[in-house]
Amino acid sequence: MVINGKMFRSVVFHALVLGCGLIMLYPVFWLLSSSVKPTTEIFTSKSLWPTEFTFQHYSKGWFGLRNIQFGRFFLNSIYLCLVAVIGTVISSSMAAFAFARIQFPLRNLFFALMLGTIMLPGHVTLIPQYIMFHKIGWVDTFLPLIAPKFVGDAFFVFLIVQFIRGIPKELDESAKIDGCGWFTLFFRIILPLSFPALITAAIFTFMGTWDDFFGQLIYLSDIKKFTVPLGLRLFLDSSGSSNWGAVFAMSVLSILPSLIIFFLGQKYFTQGIATTGLKG
Amino acid sequence: MQKYKTYAAGYLFLLPWLIGFVFLYLSPIIASLYLSFTKYDLLTAPKWIGLDNYKAMFTDDYRLGDSIKVTFKYVLLSVPFRLAFALGLAMLLNQGMKFLGLYRTIYYIPSLLGGSVAISVLWKQVFDKEGIFNQAIGFFGIEGPNWIADPRYAIYSLIGLSVWQFGSVMIIFLAGLKQIPQELYEAATVDGAGIFRKFARITMPLLTPVIFFNLTITLIQSFQTFTKAFIISGGSGGPINSTLLYSLYLYIKGFTFLDMGYASAMAWLLLIIVAAVTGVMFLTSRYWVYYSDGRD
Repeated sequence: MVINGKMFRSVVFHALVLGCGLIMLYPVFWLLSSSVKPTTEIFTSKSLWPTEFTFQHYSKGWFGLRNIQFGRFFLNSIYLCLVAVIGTVISSSMAAFAFARIQFPLRNLFFALMLGTIMLPGHVTLIPQYIMFHKIGWVDTFLPLIAPKFVGDAFFVFLIVQFIRGIPKELDESAKIDGCGWFTLFFRIILPLSFPALITAAIFTFMGTWDDFFGQLIYLSDIKKFTVPLGLRLFLDSSGSSNWGAVFAMSVLSILPSLIIFFLGQKYFTQGIATTGLKG
Repeated sequence: MQKYKTYAAGYLFLLPWLIGFVFLYLSPIIASLYLSFTKYDLLTAPKWIGLDNYKAMFTDDYRLGDSIKVTFKYVLLSVPFRLAFALGLAMLLNQGMKFLGLYRTIYYIPSLLGGSVAISVLWKQVFDKEGIFNQAIGFFGIEGPNWIADPRYAIYSLIGLSVWQFGSVMIIFLAGLKQIPQELYEAATVDGAGIFRKFARITMPLLTPVIFFNLTITLIQSFQTFTKAFIISGGSGGPINSTLLYSLYLYIKGFTFLDMGYASAMAWLLLIIVAAVTGVMFLTSRYWVYYSDGRD
């Protein structure tokens, strides 16, 4: 086989793109490798491949805090995320259906207001919200993190509106002729057809809730209610530089759910980002 | 009659959102404006102090001054680099090449993970004196400082982390690039246009709406960055306020010192800054954003 100029250019090109990508990901690989290296090797060995694999960092980390295990943080995080996903998908798709398909007074005003809330820095509402939740005794429960998910998220309402607008309106008409009301139309026709948009919303809600360090930080103070990000931070503060291996091991575990969901739902990711600019 | 039934259905479906809008946006915004003129510590009733919070912000609070400077430095350095990397890579990947999916995944992963506490923890290590960043530049004979502990450099580790997460912006650029009709490039080639001419005359103008979108979103988000600064500085914004991003300082004021009136005033200052920046973007957009559907 003769290697011509074009092929050579192509090989160089791929090598470059791949090489840069791997350099970018190097810290992540290093994190993975450090979590299974013997402690003495973490900061001394230049090689990513450990001389021997050890999982002691994982067990040390998992049981590393007194009176509580990382498993508890995972259960709390998973619970929060699942409830958040259900709440967001239901409420956002309801609002989206109203905006995309039903004519009612002030619709355009509300739609504009909703888009406005996307641009609004969260800090402006943060303190009164906190005071409100404090007054009704919700601080240090999961409720301030869960309840707001049941009123729809402007980002996802917008995403689903865009999607519903692409569904032929003739379907609505014929459903109405067959005697369907708005509810049947929503549940039987629009929701099933919007499935890709709903999955996108579900995925991003899961990831967003999983990584919502700020909200969890201000609302949760009882260690039994701690989530994975809070647990990780606590662990970093309490063992920190004395036990990097275990900190890294728990870090790896904490990003695992995001990675798994990403690889399972990759195509929805790309679509979701391209339509709404999520996760900038 | 039918009409009113439709209205009722509309409002019924919108009800959850409306409740949220009233309780989580509308009333909190009004409340936070009111609180910004009070002294309030959550335990005793708010006390009206007029413009004192705002006066204190501009006269007494040197930490706030530091915080604003650091935040602008962070935003002005991280946003352009993030967008430039994203656009560059997107154009490279848009050559209709093989393995696009794989490359897109690789470059997206930092965006996927970057907001997590885990990556901030990792970053603390990467930019340590003995960290892998210094090991890498040490390879070229450069001795790096302890980035995190040195007030001159600490902010650059945050900027680096932000730029590292350019993947999601890149995906939006890729989607935008796909919209540009291929015929335009073919015609330009026939007319003898080179690669730079095509970039300046076709790609850039047609991509300006996407650039505008990405720029606006990234700017708004960058002003609100919190987790990175909190974890990397251990919640202090140090050393010597060098990583005291605005959100972090607001958190310290509001939730460590329980000075909720002052924190509300800070939130309004941030709102004004973000609104001003976004406003300038929208106002200038008619001079540099090109809409091909004739909307000029």
